[in-house]
Amino acid sequence: MPFDVVAQQPKLAHLLQGVVAFSAVVGLILLALHRGPARRRGAAFLLLAPALLLLTIGLLLPGLHTLGLSFMDDEGDTWVGVDNYVWMFTDPEALIALRNTLAWVVLVPPLVTGIGLLYAAAVVRARFRALALSLVLLPMAISFVGAGLVWKFVYAYRPAGAEQIGLLNELVVAFGGEPRQWLVDSPWNVLFLIVAMVWAQTGFAALLLAGAITAVPGEIVEAARLDGASPRQILRHITVPSIRPTLLVVVLTEVIGTFKAFDIVKTMTAGQFDTAVIAHEMYDQSFRYGRTGHGAALAVLLFLLVTPVVAYKVRTQRSVG
Amino acid sequence: MSGVRGVSGVRERLSSRVFSLAAVVTAILWTVPTLGLFLSSFRPEAEIKTTGWWTVFGSPHLTLANYREVLFGTGNASGRLADHLVNSIVITLPSVLFPLTLAFLAAYALAWIDFKGRDVLVVGIFALQIVPLQMVLVPLLRLFSRGWLFLPAWNATGAARFSQAWFAHTVFALPVAVFLLHNYLAGLPRDLIEAARVDGASHATLLLRIVLPLARPVLVTFAVIQFVWVWNDLLVAMTLSGGTAETAPVTVGLAAMAGTRGNEWQRLTAGAFVSAFVPLLVFLLFRRHVARGLLAGSVKG
Repeated sequence: MPFDVVAQQPKLAHLLQGVVAFSAVVGLILLALHRGPARRRGAAFLLLAPALLLLTIGLLLPGLHTLGLSFMDDEGDTWVGVDNYVWMFTDPEALIALRNTLAWVVLVPPLVTGIGLLYAAAVVRARFRALALSLVLLPMAISFVGAGLVWKFVYAYRPAGAEQIGLLNELVVAFGGEPRQWLVDSPWNVLFLIVAMVWAQTGFAALLLAGAITAVPGEIVEAARLDGASPRQILRHITVPSIRPTLLVVVLTEVIGTFKAFDIVKTMTAGQFDTAVIAHEMYDQSFRYGRTGHGAALAVLLFLLVTPVVAYKVRTQRSVG
Repeated sequence: MSGVRGVSGVRERLSSRVFSLAAVVTAILWTVPTLGLFLSSFRPEAEIKTTGWWTVFGSPHLTLANYREVLFGTGNASGRLADHLVNSIVITLPSVLFPLTLAFLAAYALAWIDFKGRDVLVVGIFALQIVPLQMVLVPLLRLFSRGWLFLPAWNATGAARFSQAWFAHTVFALPVAVFLLHNYLAGLPRDLIEAARVDGASHATLLLRIVLPLARPVLVTFAVIQFVWVWNDLLVAMTLSGGTAETAPVTVGLAAMAGTRGNEWQRLTAGAFVSAFVPLLVFLLFRRHVARGLLAGSVKG
């Protein structure tokens, strides 16, 4: 069926209805407030009610529900104790997802932060700083799905002898090597997915760190330079200590983001060839295999892993401002 | 004396040159892969599949056929991304507007109205940031399809499915949005708001006439980040949007093409840029807001 303009009209009508209905609700709230803020409590209740209702129905109760499901069978009506958690730590496929997540979380945050820091330090006082930062930020704008495709194309494989269409195999062949199926050969394929993640996230780190480095007082850097400190010494002894809180926020943000990485795996391998990670395995168990109990247990694990990191991050962020 | 300075000067220049070189290499590594995909999207199918994109400089045959195909193609495999693009717009706009408005109302109440239990609420809403999407998706799907507790089943079909996406994105955005807006609103000058209150202004007047204009920067920041986040989202979309060209956003269309037709590079390359065009534009237009928003909103996801 070709693109049909008429077929789009119900969608746009629905959009309009939705926005009008929402505006009506908000309008009523404001009108009620305008009639008289008789009591503070009443006003606060009116303003908070929609958000609290949505958070309760959409986040709080479903979260508790998932916690319950993780102790139940796939129909969600029989208690099975900790079976799902036992499965998670004994099943070979689940263990691979855990192993891969560990590799991701050990490698991605330090690489992203390290490369981002060096890049930010190098371009922060340059004339073309805005352009330089935009270049590495580009991958963030094109989404994880887009980043996954970019790297899948870099890794594209043609048999030896045929002309290569992927940049990496072209380089390998140019240096006399054999073309390889980068995304198929386990366990190294995990590293090639991680490259895509690092590539997609570095711009974020560079942008935030560039902002923090700009705030380091220029006189200190200038004084160190006059004393004969090299750029590397300045970076290590002045810049890094001055921006430590921001560095910490970046690392923690990357840890959280890495735990939840789903899109890149989905786009590049769909978890095949032993490349699954927790977030992706959770999706497959819940929505492809109908193993709700397994999926719920993985989701709870994710929650437990992320919670202390988020708490720590929020605390650190308060000091950054 | 001058000799010593000379040596350290040389070393300094060398060292800063190493730095610049590393930066240039990074910039190249971060752009060339995208460039390859971009150039390929304009190459004819036969050439994409047989020769590397770098050969395009020797024999530049460029065409818009891939874009025509992924956007408006009639075949089953074409992707129908024009339909998906409309869906992305229909999903994204309310998913920005709704949480922004509700969080603004809530944050105002939390920041400027004294009531019992306020501090508990503030901490409670902030704490909900830790709940990952994965914790919520299955029960949410059940809630929609079967009803749950006191709520009726909401078996949306066709365009009504969009409402479920709006609901989910609104809910997921609220904790961070309230967090961000509350921090900002609580920092507004107290005199200004007290003066208006003494003059007898209602909360509605205060909200719209005084706080809203002052809060514009933070509202725009949140809107930009939320827009890009929802547009680029895959997980919520795959779970809730039904997967067809009727209701699924462009990321789902693209991911489906990558899964079933992973070697149809003429479509994947063009599709990637169809999907990326809108967020790229937003990033370029709102660069400053992106920087601020990334720091504040980065907990989410």
